[in-house]
Amino acid sequence: MNMQIKPILIALRRHKAGTFLIALQIALTLAIVCNALFIIHQRLANLSERSGVDEANVFVIQNQWAGDRTQQQIDAQMQADVLALRQLPGVRDAAPISGGYPLRGGGWDNFVTMTPDQVKPTTDSAVYLGDEHLLDTLGLRLIAGRNFRSDEVHGMGTEQVIIPPVVIVSKALAERLFPDGSALGKSFYAMGSTPSTIIGIVDLLHRQGASQWDKAHAGQSLIWPARLDDVAGTFYVVRAKPGQLAAAMREAPKALYAQSRMRIIDPKDGIQDYAEIRHRVFDSDRGMAILMGIISAVLLAITAAGIVGLTSFWVGQRRKQIGVRRALGATRHDILSYFLTENLLIGIAGVAVGTVLAIGINLWMVTRFEMDRMSMAYVGVGVIVLLLLGQGSVLAPALRASRVSPVEATRSV
Amino acid sequence: MFGYYLELAIRSLKRSPGLTALMVLAIGFGVAASMTSWSVFRAVSGDPIPWKSSQLFVPQIDTWGPNGRSADGDPPNAMDYTDAVALMRDHRAKLQSAMYEISPSIVPADAAKHPINVSGHAVYSEFFPMLDVPFKYGTGWSARDDQNRAQVVVINSKLNQKLFGGANSVGKSINLERQDYRVVGVLNDWNPQPRFYDVVNSGGFSTEGDAVFMPFQTAIQAAIPNDGNTNCNAVPKESGFVGLQHSSCVWIAYMAELDSASAVTAYRNYLNGYARDQQQAGRFSWAPNNRLRNLPAWLDSQHIVPSDTKVSLLVAFGLLLVCLVNTVGLLLAKFLRRSSEIGVRRALGAPRAAIYTQFLTEAGIVGAAGGVLGLLLTAVGVASVGWVLPKDIAALARLDVSLLLLTLLVAVIATMLAGLYPTYRASRVQPAWQLKSN
Repeated sequence: MNMQIKPILIALRRHKAGTFLIALQIALTLAIVCNALFIIHQRLANLSERSGVDEANVFVIQNQWAGDRTQQQIDAQMQADVLALRQLPGVRDAAPISGGYPLRGGGWDNFVTMTPDQVKPTTDSAVYLGDEHLLDTLGLRLIAGRNFRSDEVHGMGTEQVIIPPVVIVSKALAERLFPDGSALGKSFYAMGSTPSTIIGIVDLLHRQGASQWDKAHAGQSLIWPARLDDVAGTFYVVRAKPGQLAAAMREAPKALYAQSRMRIIDPKDGIQDYAEIRHRVFDSDRGMAILMGIISAVLLAITAAGIVGLTSFWVGQRRKQIGVRRALGATRHDILSYFLTENLLIGIAGVAVGTVLAIGINLWMVTRFEMDRMSMAYVGVGVIVLLLLGQGSVLAPALRASRVSPVEATRSV
Repeated sequence: MFGYYLELAIRSLKRSPGLTALMVLAIGFGVAASMTSWSVFRAVSGDPIPWKSSQLFVPQIDTWGPNGRSADGDPPNAMDYTDAVALMRDHRAKLQSAMYEISPSIVPADAAKHPINVSGHAVYSEFFPMLDVPFKYGTGWSARDDQNRAQVVVINSKLNQKLFGGANSVGKSINLERQDYRVVGVLNDWNPQPRFYDVVNSGGFSTEGDAVFMPFQTAIQAAIPNDGNTNCNAVPKESGFVGLQHSSCVWIAYMAELDSASAVTAYRNYLNGYARDQQQAGRFSWAPNNRLRNLPAWLDSQHIVPSDTKVSLLVAFGLLLVCLVNTVGLLLAKFLRRSSEIGVRRALGAPRAAIYTQFLTEAGIVGAAGGVLGLLLTAVGVASVGWVLPKDIAALARLDVSLLLLTLLVAVIATMLAGLYPTYRASRVQPAWQLKSN
């Protein structure tokens, strides 16, 4: 092998342009494919993010009020509504939820501070409002403390300012605020002058959104015991008994309309199960992953085809020389390994440049598009894929070259 | 002579169908990917009101002070009620409007029908002339209606179709939140993308246009709540919608028309004067830190073009670049394989220019074929872009004549550029050497 490298390099010097073009193509492909792979992997990770919700059985109703109602009327109506929902045969539990619901794609969040006059907030938390049925309805797992009692739940008017004295937080928020694990029983401030004391901690509760801001505060959520009597409307979450999701989703609006007709539940998207909710919130992530996948596949295919094309040309051009070598005693294997080695050398040059390019592009995207730093593993995978792709592509023309008969040396035309 | 080159080129391309197909495919895919992403990018980065965008300005007032500023020192991107109403009262621009998003329910007279929900904005009368909003029937309301808090609305043609069967409904009334409002105007189709007058709430794009517009103060008086975002630096001291109006929470969009550079300067001075007055009055404890951006600069500052769209465009251009490098390589192989043919032609007296014409013609044909394939693939791409992009944005991507022409043009020009180096090499072939070796 070692013996062969020098003659290959000398030969390549006579094909500067072709060598340069293949190396350039490999470099560009590597740079793009690494970054695309990185984007795909990140987006797929988003898609599989866990919400903490019993997604197989839970659905959400967007209920808007029509006509005038006082806050008291809305509060009474909401209590009557959830009672009616809970009595449906296919329903395990139901609760009002405000501030949005997990994976809604946006909602209410508050800054959190440890003292009331702290200027720079400690962190940011998603805010959910619900009653003592919310934990069971969403299927959240309480890992410490207790649930709300019904006497802790109060009605709250639109934009009203009552900071409830008790709060249930997600484990992520508890650990962020009290890293020593002593969160239970401690209190914090969430943009108010009165503290909320942590009475319960749930294992996992996703925020409403999946944006960059949400990722920076991933999983940090709190639940306050309140019914938000918003004049615009409210969300109801309903947890069906296992296997009865479809039936419960059919019955729920009927039960609500039977309570009062003066409401609007959009027939198109007023009721959504978690499959739909998840699909919607991660729409663009899935799209980007697919798009990057397609582009990477096309890129690799074109690069492979390009290598096949150029190497075939070189083989065609050098038939005479190959014939001479064969006549002088070179084995088929020697010829084959000549072309494989040649391609490997070009490939190594290409991936070397490509690695620099790939990292450069990633660093530029970090500053320009708020992306994360790419781990070198992607570059490693990309390098191996491209070198193998090169060897695979060159195999067919190289085999053809190895079959050139020594007689060709004597044919001068 | 060109006809001869064309024939030569086609004959040569036919001689190696595999290589030709490969080049055409590469160009086709590269161009199609770029053009599809371009169509999306063009749609989301377009100027929604090109004839006027440089005269429309969005003022930002630093209501929150140093702690509420963004990382680059910008004040909030919406206004609180106090500032919005003060700016409207001072009325220093040629035309201006504060606005907020509403979502009232329409209760049909027929009790058997379900109420429906419509989205819209509460705006001032100058909103319509300022944004050149097209009317099908009637007009907007008057400044007097603003002052008198008149019970009037402007509806869009879709809602007019739904409620009045598309007939001229000016003068008829509709019931919003149990109050009657007189229709004064019906819009022609109007749903600018991005929805530039209130990008903070729409995120820029929405397939559904606003159905209802009503006077700002009428909506405030009827307590029709804000349906858009509310951002607070502190929890409001009072409850309810009135509490929101008294708070420092920001939820109101604002736009002003300023026709000349001097008007812009004057308005900027006015805003600074306003902020200083607030500082003196003790409401602000910081120096003025306002912004006044025209519409294109405002849309840019709000990052209206999603970064996914930009990344897709860059990656697609990257793909095109690789396809072109690939084509350079393949054309080089193809042309140099015919060194002996070139040698013969040169020996028989063909000048270098003739070689250039011949081979660039060949590259052009590959480009044209790639362009045609690219056209088909672009059409497929634009039609299926909804699979990979959010609906609101995908719906904006259109296949039009300019995109088709651009696709062909890019394909042909790019391929001819790719053919330049191989052609140069071909023209350098030494006739004597070729003839000798044969």
